[in-house]
Amino acid sequence: MKSAGSPIPSSEQRGAPARTIAIKQVARPASAGAANDTRGSEVIESLYAKRIEIYPRTQIGDSLAWFQRWRWILVWITQLVFYGLPWLNWNGRQAILFDLAARKFYLFGLVMWPQDIFFLTGILIVAALSLFLFTAVGGRLWCGYACPQTVYTEIFMWIERRIEGDRARRMALDRQPWSARKVALKGAKHAAWIAVALWTGFTFAGFFTPIRTLAVAAAGFHTGPWETFWILFYGFATYGNAGWLREQVCKYMCPYARFQSAMFDRDTLIVTYDTERGEPRGKGSKTNDRRSRGLGDCVECSLCVQVCPTGIDIRNGLQYECIGCAACIDACNWVMDKAGLPRGLIRYATTNSLQSHFGAATIVRRILRPRVIVYTSILGAIIAGLVVAIAVRVPLKVDVIRDRGALAREVSDDRGNALVENVYRLQVMNTSEQRRVFSIRADGVSGLEVASDASFEVEPASTMSVPLRLRAPATLDSGSHRVVLELQAQDDASVRVREKTTFLGLRR
Amino acid sequence: MSDFYSGFWDYYVAILSLLSIIGCAVFLKAQSKRRVALKASGEPETTDHVWDGDLREYHNPMPRWWIALFYLTIVFALAYLVLFPGLGSRFKGTLKWTSVGQHSDEIKQAEAVYGPLRARFLEQPLPAVAADARGREMGERIFLNNCAQCHGSDAHGSKGFPNLADAEWLYGGEPEVIEASITNGRQGAMPPMAAAVGGPEDVTDVAHYVLSLSDSAHDSVRAARGKAKFAACAACHGPQGKGNPQLGAPDLTNKIWLYGGSVATITETITKGRQGMMPAWKGVLSDAEIHLVAAYVYSLTHSGNAAAAVEK
Repeated sequence: MKSAGSPIPSSEQRGAPARTIAIKQVARPASAGAANDTRGSEVIESLYAKRIEIYPRTQIGDSLAWFQRWRWILVWITQLVFYGLPWLNWNGRQAILFDLAARKFYLFGLVMWPQDIFFLTGILIVAALSLFLFTAVGGRLWCGYACPQTVYTEIFMWIERRIEGDRARRMALDRQPWSARKVALKGAKHAAWIAVALWTGFTFAGFFTPIRTLAVAAAGFHTGPWETFWILFYGFATYGNAGWLREQVCKYMCPYARFQSAMFDRDTLIVTYDTERGEPRGKGSKTNDRRSRGLGDCVECSLCVQVCPTGIDIRNGLQYECIGCAACIDACNWVMDKAGLPRGLIRYATTNSLQSHFGAATIVRRILRPRVIVYTSILGAIIAGLVVAIAVRVPLKVDVIRDRGALAREVSDDRGNALVENVYRLQVMNTSEQRRVFSIRADGVSGLEVASDASFEVEPASTMSVPLRLRAPATLDSGSHRVVLELQAQDDASVRVREKTTFLGLRR
Repeated sequence: MSDFYSGFWDYYVAILSLLSIIGCAVFLKAQSKRRVALKASGEPETTDHVWDGDLREYHNPMPRWWIALFYLTIVFALAYLVLFPGLGSRFKGTLKWTSVGQHSDEIKQAEAVYGPLRARFLEQPLPAVAADARGREMGERIFLNNCAQCHGSDAHGSKGFPNLADAEWLYGGEPEVIEASITNGRQGAMPPMAAAVGGPEDVTDVAHYVLSLSDSAHDSVRAARGKAKFAACAACHGPQGKGNPQLGAPDLTNKIWLYGGSVATITETITKGRQGMMPAWKGVLSDAEIHLVAAYVYSLTHSGNAAAAVEK
């Protein structure tokens, strides 16, 4: 819920308590179960209400409006990446493939192993901090333009509009009794939705199992049980979220919507209605006439409400339901143009700019405030660290496992010298995509040498268990000695790993 | 059943579980409605919660289908309790699920996958399995899990546990003998020989003689004295000290020592005797597993020519 610092205390104008928040006044629907049981001055009401279907209007004017165009650009970019990436090949394999069964994650030239989970953590931290940064500067940019929930809803609403028509026609259709035409329209819509949803589920599964093989299997309806499950699961999730749940996901499920207020401040750009300029609202578009009647610029066309995908009235101020898609800005600007009034009655603005009447220059200058600077520098440092860590990453991992059954054993070499021998097993992970020969050296005790094969070959992107015997003169002190093993690829000296372990002398 | 177990607890668990579920349903029902003061129309509807004196929250009801999800969890809980044993141990659940049953099902599934593979190797002669990379790999896994504790993960053994990677065998290195050693185990017993040899000095003399057999560093005078007393040892180790694979008596003419080749250790061996014990793996490992691990052990000393022998 909104904090006390919530921008735009619009409730003041409605005579509500000064600090009432969160922020929407609900028109009490008759179905909300109110006033069944009136007892004196009290009523019993349900804490749950039937969801009221929202019919967002998506077509204003003939061409795509400014922010609408941006939303579509983002839809195209994100979806080209999502649907296209799994088809991309790299060095004869799928460029992006998260092979969970083999625990190998292919990202273009990189092969990540479960041991590299560190990098995933880094990427998640970068993602979270980016969200903080963008939110502090520009509000819910993620929600409005890039979140899959928004993007798929956008796609599904486009299908809906192509089949059933825009807002007014959809509302009329839903009011009609069932008829052959209604069944045909609804059937066509759901069929198209399901087709997109299945393609989405298929693509999603294609990130985890080679998509070309999967495509052949899917074409013949013989995908494996888990493949089938995940295709249907993600298909169903897409269909349910983008077709049926829509704004409810943002309003009731998404945690980000709920804690965004902690990331906003009075210099955050948010979608706002300029109350001072707009009020008092009233119909009539002749500018001179409006002035004489003492009206503000809001012509009460209600388009901003009609286009809202979450069904709110932005004129009531910032609300937690607002996903910042800027559809109302587009609608209002179109109306202002028609009415011959200046644009920007609803616009991206900061709370401070509305109160203190800043210009755009001040808004931009205020972006560089401590919060933004701190977010940016932490983000920059982590990105730099991540890039460096990936760049210097060695495609070789080694685990040293000492034999536990026998600690040290006495052996003799060809010349009959008494030696002490320790046995290890090396778990050698060649995480590169080429077959490599590695050689072992051991250091740390005088006379220490490798008695087993000093070099061995490991297949590309695979693990090998290598027995290792180290020998030192039997005169070595009893007890534990620190030794260092060094494995190095013979074809590339930079592929080198040093591992510490212990070498035990004979007990005396 | 344990002495501390009484049938009371079955009812206790069952009643407590069911009461909790019913309690949840009642609580859910009760909390889905509230009594509020009637407000003048036009006054915004709030939750009536007030923080910090004047901070209020508008009433934004959840969609009605949301509460259905809560009721769904109650249905799920009841269905689970019907299907699975959750109400004490008296009621087994209609699926008759047990953790033991699940385990044996999984073993059956694994057997269905690996059984035919093992059966195929069981039919092949040992050198052929040893020549097969897959067979060696399976054998090595079995070795690491069962044998490496004593023989070392590299199979080179340690004090008292023979090296399996050299050409020296206590009981013989033929395929059948290796398999027999694993299947039935071995009891390697050397009795204390001090009394048979003589006094402590005589034991040391024999130790030097034993060292001389393998051309190891020794005192030739003592060795010469010990030679005569070695007759007591010859019953098992043979007059030349060549050992006897029938008894598992080691060959003393090479520089391979099971317990150590110093004068002190050999003296200790003669004085106190040695008890070596290789457990029998029959019953622990299946015939096919024994065959595979024997093939792995065989491959350690027959890596090159085993493959060639099979191809011929």
